[in-house]
Amino acid sequence: MGPHHPSTHGVLRVRLKLDGEIVRDADADIGYLHTGFEKSFEDKTYTQGITFSDRMDYLAPPINNVGFVSAVEKLTGVDVPPRAQAIRVIMMELARVSSHELWLGTTGLDLGVYSGFFYAWRDRDLALDLNEAYSGVRMMTSFTRVGGVAWDLPDGWLDQLQKFIDVMPARLDDFESMLTDNPIWHQRLKGVGVISAQDAIEAGVTGPVLRASGVNYDVRKAFPYCGYEQYDFEVPVGQNGDCYDRYRMRVAEMRQSLRILQQAVDNLPGGPWITSDRKVALPPRSELSKSMEAVIHQFRLVSEGFKGPVGDVYAFVESPRGELGFYLVSDGTNKPYRMKVRPPSFCNLQSLRKLVQGVLVADVIAIMGSLDFILGDCDR
Amino acid sequence: MSVNPTDTLVQRLGDRFKTAVQESSDFRGDLSVVIEPGALVDVARYLKAEEGFDYLLYATAVDWPARDPRFTVVWEVRSLAAKTRIRIKTTAAMPDPHVPSLTSVWTAANWHERETWDLFGIKFDGHPDLRRILMPPTWEGFPLRKDYVSFGEPVIFSDQKLEGLEPDAIRG
Amino acid sequence: MGELKLRETPFLTGRAAGPTPLNALGNNVLTTQIDKVINWGRSSAIWPALFGLACCAIEMMGAVGPRQDISRFGSELFRASPRQSDLLIVSGRVAIKMVPVIRQVYDQMPEPKWVIAMGACASSAGMFNNYAIVQSVDKIIPVDIYLPGCPPRPEALLDAVIKLQRKIRGEPLVKRPA
Repeated sequence: MGPHHPSTHGVLRVRLKLDGEIVRDADADIGYLHTGFEKSFEDKTYTQGITFSDRMDYLAPPINNVGFVSAVEKLTGVDVPPRAQAIRVIMMELARVSSHELWLGTTGLDLGVYSGFFYAWRDRDLALDLNEAYSGVRMMTSFTRVGGVAWDLPDGWLDQLQKFIDVMPARLDDFESMLTDNPIWHQRLKGVGVISAQDAIEAGVTGPVLRASGVNYDVRKAFPYCGYEQYDFEVPVGQNGDCYDRYRMRVAEMRQSLRILQQAVDNLPGGPWITSDRKVALPPRSELSKSMEAVIHQFRLVSEGFKGPVGDVYAFVESPRGELGFYLVSDGTNKPYRMKVRPPSFCNLQSLRKLVQGVLVADVIAIMGSLDFILGDCDR
Repeated sequence: MSVNPTDTLVQRLGDRFKTAVQESSDFRGDLSVVIEPGALVDVARYLKAEEGFDYLLYATAVDWPARDPRFTVVWEVRSLAAKTRIRIKTTAAMPDPHVPSLTSVWTAANWHERETWDLFGIKFDGHPDLRRILMPPTWEGFPLRKDYVSFGEPVIFSDQKLEGLEPDAIRG
Repeated sequence: MGELKLRETPFLTGRAAGPTPLNALGNNVLTTQIDKVINWGRSSAIWPALFGLACCAIEMMGAVGPRQDISRFGSELFRASPRQSDLLIVSGRVAIKMVPVIRQVYDQMPEPKWVIAMGACASSAGMFNNYAIVQSVDKIIPVDIYLPGCPPRPEALLDAVIKLQRKIRGEPLVKRPA
C-alpha cells in the first residue's frame, strides 16, 4: 500500500499481509522522503539551520522553528524576552490550529467527507495569511532566531488575528455539526484502532494519540516552555483510545488553542523581541551607524555565527503530532556537531503494526489518518 | 533546598552497578550516565522496573572520529510519573561497532535502533529486525558518519570555466 | 474565348450569398484545424495525478482549496490512479528511495502526459544538496514546466498550469516533443 497512495499522508509504504479484507500483519516502510536533515544541520550554523528546520514537519513549521532554537538556547543559556515568548506562543498556536484543520480536512477526505476539505482550507488560508503578513511566507516562516524572534509584529496584525479568533469558533462548530454526531463518522471511527494507555506508553506514542488513550501528558503543561504556564487552558484527555476520541481530542485542542491565542493577544507584553546579548543576536540596524562594537558583532554573527559551549542537551516542544524533540550535541564550534530530531510521527508510526492487526483494509486508512503523521517529520 | 532526586539516582546506580557506571553528568538540567556496554541491559531493566523510567524518547548515536571508541550511542528515557529524564550513553568502537539492543526493555527502541544502524552502521545485538529503515535496502555506506561525504552535486557558478569539468557536472 | 465582363453585382460570400447548406448553419459551426481542437480539449481538462511528496503538496492542496480553485482551470479532479491522469505535478523533494516509484508512476500514465516540477526541490533539489535528495526530478522524468518557490504559492501553481495550457495549445498533434 503506497508509497503513491492518496491516503497515506505522504509517501508511506505499508506492506499489509491480508486474509481477504482483514489485515494480519503490517510493516511500515518509511524513508521515501528521507532528506538528510540531520546531516545538513551539521554543516550549517545555528541560525542557518532554522530555515531547514521548517521543512521537517511541514504542516506546522513555526513549531519546528521554536523547537530548534529552544535546543540552541538551552545549550547556550540565552534568555528570551517575554514579548518574544508571547509571539512564539501566538505563532505556535496558529500553527496548531491550521495543522489540525488540515488534518480534519484530509482525514475527512480519506473517509469520504469531500466538503470538509474545502471548509478546512477556508480556515487554514486565514491562518496562512497571518503567517504571511508576519513573516512574508505562507508556510515556512523561519520566524525565530536564537534568543527571540526575527521581527516584531507588524501594525494591524493583532487586529487581523483578533478577527481570526472571533471567526473560528463558529467555523469549528460548523465542522463539528457536520461530523461529530454523524452516524457514518461514528461507524468509521468508533472502536477502530484502539490503543490502551499502557500500550501507548510502551510504544513511545505522544500527542493527541496518547491523550486519547487516557494519559494526561502534554508538554505544554508538564514542562512549560515559552511562558505557557501563564496561559489558562485545558488539555483534553480521552477515554477509549480509538480514532473517534482522537478526532475529539484534536477539535478540542483547536478550541483550547484559540483560548490561548486570545489570552496571548490580550496580555501581549511590550519590550524587545530578541535578546540584547550581542554575542548571539544581531544588533538593531539603527545602532550600526553609531557603534563600532555593533558593527563588529554584526560582522561576526553574520559571517561565522556564535559558538556554543561543549555539551549536549535535549529540548522538546508540543507539536500537533506529539512531542517534537531536538537532541543537540555541541563541540564548541559555531555549528551543531550532531542535531538529532526526535520526531513524533516516527514514534507514533511504530505503533501502526500493533494497531492494524485484525482490522479491515478500510480501517487501516482510518487508523493512519487518526495517527496524524507527516512523512517529512518521520523520515527527516 | 530539597534533595535533588537525580543526584540520588546516580548514587543508587553507582551503588547497584559499581564500575559499570563510568561517568555521569548534569549539563543544563539533563542528567546523563555513561554505562559500560556489558551492563547496559541490566541497568536499563533496573531503570525501567525500579526507577519507573517507562517511556523511551529516542535512541541515536554520535560519531567522534577522533576518539576511540568512535561512537557514543545514546538512549533517552523519561519517567512520566516523576517527570524526570535520564540519558543513557555507551560507546562502540570500530572496526565492528556493536552494542546490546534495548528493545527487550523498551519496545519503542525498535525503530530508533534500526535508524541508528542505517545511518551509522552500529549493530544492536539482540534486535529482532535490524535492517535499513530510511535508506534504500541496497544502499552502501552509512550517511551520518563524519567521513561520509554528503553533497549531491557540485555547484557551478556562472563565472567558472566549464572545460575540464565532468560532463555530468555541467547542467546548463 | 469569351470576353471578361465585369459583373454588375459582386461575388457574394458568406451569409449574403444566400442560403447554402453550410451558411444555413450560421454561427453554429466553427472551422479550424484538428491540432487546435485536440489541443484545446487537452489543455482545458488536465487532470493531475495525486502525487504530493512533501511541503509543496500542501500548497498543491491549497490550490485545490476554495480560495484558489484549480478546477476553474480544468483540473476538476485529482486522480489517484496514474492511468487516469494527464499531469504529474511532482510536488516536493525526491528522495533516493522514491526514484523507482516516480519512474513507475510516470510510465504508467498514458500519453499525452505532462510534468510540472513544482517547487525548488523538484526543479533542482532546492536547499538539499546532499546524499539523500535527487538533484532535480528531471534526472528521472522529462519535465515540461519548472516552478520555483519553496513552496510556491498556490497562485504560482495556477500560473504554471496556465503556462502549461498555453504550451499544450501550441503542440503539433502527430509528433509530440519527448
